[in-house]
Amino acid sequence: MTKLSYERPVITKLNTGTMNKFGTRTEYAPVTQIDGVPVKKLIADYGSPCFVISERTIRDTYKNAVRAFKSRYPKVQFAWSYKTNYLNAVCNVFHSEGSWAEVVSIFEYEKALKNGVPGTKIIFNGPDKTESDLRTAIENNSMIHIDHFDELYQLSEILQDSGKKARVAIRVNMDTGIYPMWDRFGFNYEDGSAWSAINKIFAHPEMDFVGLHCHIGTYMLTTNAYSVAAGKLCDLAFNIKQRYNKNIEYLDLGGGFASANTLKGSYLQGGDIIPSVDDYAEAITSTILNYGFKPDELPTLFLETGRALIDDAGYLLGSVIAIKRLSDGRRATIMNFGVNLLFTAFWYNHRISPAQEISAQTEDMVIYGPLCMNIDVVRENINLPLLNKGDNVVVHRVGAYNMTQWMQFIQMRPKVVMIGMDGTPHIIREHETLDTMLRYEKMPAHLKEFKL
Amino acid sequence: MHINKNIAISETGFVFNPLTGDSFSTNQVGQEILRKLQGGTNQEELLKHLTEKFNIDKTTLEKDMTDFMLMLNSYQILMDDEKA
Ligand SMILES: Cc1ncc(COP(=O)(O)O)c(C=O)c1O
Repeated sequence: MTKLSYERPVITKLNTGTMNKFGTRTEYAPVTQIDGVPVKKLIADYGSPCFVISERTIRDTYKNAVRAFKSRYPKVQFAWSYKTNYLNAVCNVFHSEGSWAEVVSIFEYEKALKNGVPGTKIIFNGPDKTESDLRTAIENNSMIHIDHFDELYQLSEILQDSGKKARVAIRVNMDTGIYPMWDRFGFNYEDGSAWSAINKIFAHPEMDFVGLHCHIGTYMLTTNAYSVAAGKLCDLAFNIKQRYNKNIEYLDLGGGFASANTLKGSYLQGGDIIPSVDDYAEAITSTILNYGFKPDELPTLFLETGRALIDDAGYLLGSVIAIKRLSDGRRATIMNFGVNLLFTAFWYNHRISPAQEISAQTEDMVIYGPLCMNIDVVRENINLPLLNKGDNVVVHRVGAYNMTQWMQFIQMRPKVVMIGMDGTPHIIREHETLDTMLRYEKMPAHLKEFKL
Repeated sequence: MHINKNIAISETGFVFNPLTGDSFSTNQVGQEILRKLQGGTNQEELLKHLTEKFNIDKTTLEKDMTDFMLMLNSYQILMDDEKA
């Protein structure tokens, strides 16, 4: 007699009267392939855990964003926000689509240069630019976005007697109705600091004032904040024209568009509540277009969109290490990846799918990572089909910030694989090994030997 | 430890506990265990029966059964004998 196939016995309490708020059946559907490549094959070839990036999704997402803006406004230029994901292969997909680079450190700056981005197409943001960083940016004629008065004075000192000119913009912070206000970066609009900085720059002929920049926050759920921000930048641009008879070259609205991830604490799924890229584009471009610039004096619109362009393209594949029952009766599933690789688990309830055929039974569970610390929680409460030791899962929308903010703690970082347009997987970052770790360590001679 | 005899188990895995008014859903192996327990089968016989009927090794089954029994206990489907 052939035996029946076995499934771990489970019993789940049915709650009548309350709706299941943990999403719909489609959330449980197994995801067995990414861009046509079987998940099991990716894991067999590249290991578990492993990050996977879809080149096709990056290109599609980027093209759609460009379309949304260019169909509404004549001069649009995206600059890839390196910090969001600065793996060179990812950056070069964006550059090959026409995106410039936006960096916030000399390390990112040099990465962009090495990738082949001309210095003139690099936006240098951030509060931390050293004297030598500024010299490099001046030399390459990059756009220097000044963050504070100390930077302004330092830049002026460097330029004095150098015979060189710098292309500068200021970062402006402002009240857009979003709280808390990101007022620690740049010069404030409402209290006049922004104007004061503009006046100082115009007093320095060695600084060429080319643009105005803002980055009002991240994962912005309202497009109105962008209308307000664009309006305030336009106001500054108009006043500059009036006082200094100068048409500034560009307005840079920064990043901040939401991706379809679900924020923690949000009852609704991210995809159901976030504005579309068309909504953001409409808010920004209609504000600028209606402001009253002469058609030939319209500034170029720069965008430094990060997460909304890359989140969807990234996946994390992993495996179940163990299944436990917690003392309060809850089921706990322990994965071989945790917040070390999935930093964004602190903000998002990431969608997680089984990577193999599933049973009709589901259970509520908490998902933990493998680290020996309490904060290593991937999902506090998720309803998933029964998972067993060794089963594989796919975590969705992990393309932004994880591959830059991941930490090497207890575990080493895994491979990152990009699936090319033709469906061929390419390793774009090797997994770390003990050698990677030891390469940077040094042993003082007196500690080399010991007896136990 | 014994099972609450009044538990109703449907063909589709729907379980009702008249003692508490709670209802549950369980899968095939879960149903099999509940029915056998109701029929008076003891744990040893149950393990033997399940390893014969299903494609599963004894160690894994024992581990899963322990967990399942814990849940039955917490749902008051299994009762401690002294309370009976
Ligand atoms: C100056 C600047 N530009 C762009 C971005 C990208 O933001 P997002 O990923 O929210 O689009 C950031 C992120 O912090 C930033 O600080």
